[in-house]
Amino acid sequence: MHDFNEPFVTAWQLVAAADARLAGIVLLSLRVSLAATAIACIVGMPIGALLAVGRFPGRRALIVLFNGLMGLPPVVVGLLVYLLLSRAGPLGSLGLLFSPGAMVVAQAILVTPIVAALTRQVVADAWTEYREQLRSLGAGRPRAAATLLWDGRFSLSTAALAGFGRAIAEVGAVMIVGGNIDGVTRVMTTTIALETSKGDLPLALALGFILITVVLAINAVAYGVRGWAERRWG
Amino acid sequence: MAWLTLDNLGLTEGGTRIVDGVSLSLAAGRTVVLGPNGAGKSTLLRLIHGLLHPSGGELHWPHALSQAMVFQRPVMLRTTAMANVAYGLKLKGHAARECAIRAREALGRAGLEHLAARPARLLSGGEQQRVALARAWALEPELLILDEPTASLDPASSREVERIIGEIAANGTRILMTTHNLGQAKRLADEIVFIDRGRVVEQTPVRDFFTRPRSDAAQDFLKEESP
Repeated sequence: MHDFNEPFVTAWQLVAAADARLAGIVLLSLRVSLAATAIACIVGMPIGALLAVGRFPGRRALIVLFNGLMGLPPVVVGLLVYLLLSRAGPLGSLGLLFSPGAMVVAQAILVTPIVAALTRQVVADAWTEYREQLRSLGAGRPRAAATLLWDGRFSLSTAALAGFGRAIAEVGAVMIVGGNIDGVTRVMTTTIALETSKGDLPLALALGFILITVVLAINAVAYGVRGWAERRWG
Repeated sequence: MAWLTLDNLGLTEGGTRIVDGVSLSLAAGRTVVLGPNGAGKSTLLRLIHGLLHPSGGELHWPHALSQAMVFQRPVMLRTTAMANVAYGLKLKGHAARECAIRAREALGRAGLEHLAARPARLLSGGEQQRVALARAWALEPELLILDEPTASLDPASSREVERIIGEIAANGTRILMTTHNLGQAKRLADEIVFIDRGRVVEQTPVRDFFTRPRSDAAQDFLKEESP
């Protein structure tokens, strides 16, 4: 008979022993979600800044669209990327399906709207303050967008962080496009789902601890960096 | 010889005429626009600087003048004072080296060389406004527009800002500014443009304006504003 505490004890032993299988899963999770967040920032931040300062037809519709896409269901993104990357799909020749690459693509698509929408908010607030001064100095809108992105770099870390939090915590998209293959595409969330259903609670719990710790630690670091930056630059 | 002529210039917003048929010839080196709150002073300056588009009338520039503007509240980027001054030059397409040299010179002329490496947003309000003046000065504009540049500053900072404006004017830059400080207007202006409710009431050399204003509105204004 399982003691209620037993899985916790075993989980802690796994973490303390830096179990190789556990470490592999954690590292893959971090690699995939960091890569996806990086891509989302490179694509989403300029989009957000241009939505904030730009004046072009369809701007309002795009803002509503990106805000709406923040709540994109991961399984739907997973399904769409699956169709794109499947052998018969338009990008099937890349052979990405069931690889970490496919997981990066799916998470990047999931996270880009979040980064873009949060960036737009930060840049729009700054734009109301800087607008006249930047125009007076002769900055065109693209230049103003770039200036405001750089000026808001510390506030924007929050947008990147929200994106990373979303990426590392989602199950649906990586499950579908990665296939949860042991040693290849198994990440923390998919392992937790699988092991819980198999009844291997210690491994699932150990990963749960680590997942929460990673998210908390990254938030703490970002909070610290922001505080330092505000004292340093105002 | 006028450097700017306004012909029936107007700006209407939401049915309100903020600037209402202003016709003016500006020829003085240092012009101060005076008038009660809400008279349309700031709006007039923004129309001239090109930040707002008039809903009627025209601006005639006999020669296109390069311009810079300093606002009531200085807007500083999250970088050093030096980089803030260099930013304006960079936007004009100057090479990085030249930006640095000219920015340092401008900071020096504004008496701010010792603050060059400091984060601009952590400077005091007066220091920030002087950085904003240095940023404008570095561009060596032919026309400098200032919208109540000392409104939120203490007397010592105001005097320093006035000194800098005086020096910029002495180098040949035309000055067009608004202020609520009548002493400052007396010290800085060659000519006063008095406006009320979006209209020009009178345009008078500074000495005459303060001793014998021609309009009743200006007489009332001086009576109310003077201690």
